Amino acid sequence: MSRLEELFRSRKKKALLMPYITGGYPTIHECRHVLDAFVAGGADMIELGVPFSDPLADGPVVQASAQRALDEGVTPDDVLALAGEFSGRLPVVLLVYFNCVYAYGQERFVDAAAQAGVSGLIVPDLPVDEAGEFAGICRARGVDPILLVAPTSTDERISMIAAQASGFIYCVSVAGVTGARTSLSEQLPDFLARVRAKTDVPLAVGFGVSTPDHAAAVAEYADGVIIGSRLISMVAEAGDIDIAVRAVTSFLSLINEVLEP
Amino acid sequence: MSIPARFGPYGGRYVPETVIPALDQLAAAYERMSADPGFNAQLDGLLKDFVGRPTPLYLAERLTEKLGGPRIYLKREDLCHTGAHKINNTVGQLLLAVEMGKKRIIAETGAGQHGVATATAAALFGLPCAIYMGEKDIARQELNVVRMKLLGAEVIPVSSGSRTLKDAMNEAIRDWVTNVGETYYVIGSVAGPAPYPAIVRDFQSVIGREAREQILQQEGRLPNELIACVGGGSNAMGLFAAFMDTGVGMTGVEAAGEGLETGRHGASIERGARGVLHGSLSYILQDAYGQILEAHSISAGLDYPGVGPEHSYLHDEGRVRYDSVTDAEALAAFTLLSETEGIIPALESSHAIAYVVKHTGRFSPGDAIIVNLSGRGDKDVHQAARALGLLE
Ligand SMILES: Cc1ncc(COP(=O)(O)O)c(C=O)c1O
Repeated sequence: MSRLEELFRSRKKKALLMPYITGGYPTIHECRHVLDAFVAGGADMIELGVPFSDPLADGPVVQASAQRALDEGVTPDDVLALAGEFSGRLPVVLLVYFNCVYAYGQERFVDAAAQAGVSGLIVPDLPVDEAGEFAGICRARGVDPILLVAPTSTDERISMIAAQASGFIYCVSVAGVTGARTSLSEQLPDFLARVRAKTDVPLAVGFGVSTPDHAAAVAEYADGVIIGSRLISMVAEAGDIDIAVRAVTSFLSLINEVLEP
Repeated sequence: MSIPARFGPYGGRYVPETVIPALDQLAAAYERMSADPGFNAQLDGLLKDFVGRPTPLYLAERLTEKLGGPRIYLKREDLCHTGAHKINNTVGQLLLAVEMGKKRIIAETGAGQHGVATATAAALFGLPCAIYMGEKDIARQELNVVRMKLLGAEVIPVSSGSRTLKDAMNEAIRDWVTNVGETYYVIGSVAGPAPYPAIVRDFQSVIGREAREQILQQEGRLPNELIACVGGGSNAMGLFAAFMDTGVGMTGVEAAGEGLETGRHGASIERGARGVLHGSLSYILQDAYGQILEAHSISAGLDYPGVGPEHSYLHDEGRVRYDSVTDAEALAAFTLLSETEGIIPALESSHAIAYVVKHTGRFSPGDAIIVNLSGRGDKDVHQAARALGLLE
């Protein structure tokens, strides 16, 4: 069993808390503080994004954070180094668009990720049909290739994804891009039940999860709760990193409360 | 018949899982419809009576004389309804959309020609339509923005990234991911995830089928060479596809912008590297870390840091030659064709003309070549006037 799967299986909480931040946002240094806040707020896993110029699975908030990090000159190497700084404290998964992996060299990138202690790689624009080579490279290096499943996935595709999945399956809560939403999709329980019927691999839900109520609802059906845009907005709106750190820490603590057993 | 997902190593479907089922449905629908005589009759009828096909293959005698090289035939896609080849594809895709029961149409546009062609076809079928367009392109293609609005489309400005075609396409894909159930996404070139590159090529291949018949009638033989500009590559693939089983030479002309050496260009094949943009593996303009670079061209339709995957394949195979001409060379050809033939070409198409001007020496006077005049230049007159100082 992979390190990530072990983490899900041995949990006491209803679901793991998996906050996301774009690597190097707002700056490499300030991002470090946000990651410290993730740890302090009770995160179980860190999801770190590699900024990309054309993030087509992301809504405006994550897009803007990636652009800001790129403007700061942040590279995939910087994000790998950041992952390396935190992977001893919490498991880290990277979210990276395929062209960044491809340009780096698939093997070289996964090697570097493994070296940095990264546990899993999420590539939002690499559906299961295209993921064969990449997944093989990941597995050979003990890194989980994390596949995504969407409400639009047919049962046949869910089976295909389940057959290839390891670590956890990233369940996209709604058809759409990342971004905070006021309510969760009413179809979410049915969708998660459809996925659950096909696999024992842990399920984490992301895209739109933005409040403690959302987290509580997701925890009823899933093993992990991913929160991204809401946190990035908090950092953006704080304007000051100390204020941001306090806001993120207390927000995550609130979420943690609803995830307690 | 099964639609190819790859051209050699190129192509594929590098998009979020959310839209993969929709791509499967599209591929199935297209496979079914393209074999259906009723569908094809309907498409042929629209191409004839609505688009105005066949377009002429016109021997440009004065240009031929002036350059003193090969006999130059112009495939007059500029005479299509709405003024460019783009409508061949949008009419076909709208028929598919209706067939698939879709209720809303979206598209990206650069020069605005694909946006106008999509808005036109959506109006024809009575479907609501939203067009994504970069702010920079909105400013330089004002005429087409007004046309789209007149046709009842909503034009959605895109302010991210380079504010051009690339970013408009990102935003259109995001819309599609969000509204995939009811929305049909009309991609405007032989780019994007499979099956789009093959579908768009097939709908555009009417250009080459007509041209082949016409040149046989007019010259009594096949041409020596076909020449077309390449943005995403749809007018070029449309012309080339019907000649793939022949030995006819083919040249695709990319935008060299301010010069290849300046880094400000749109020459994805000549200066790019393999990578993934907008759902397919192809040659793209990117930095060492895979960040997509801004393209540059005087013509909005060629201002794109990628190219359709089949072109990358044809390049590697050596089947098609790819070259590029600069903004200045294109502008000179724009003026030349206007003055010698009474045809104001689109700035995109001017790149193909400029290639002939520049490389007349490659051909002998007995040769016959076909240049795809992909569109007319009305949309470009403001920009040309500025560049040429005509409004002083
Ligand atoms: C007249 C004209 N020609 C060519 C192009 C470039 O597209 P493609 O390479 O797909 O033909 C455009 C795109 O907007 C256009 O408007």
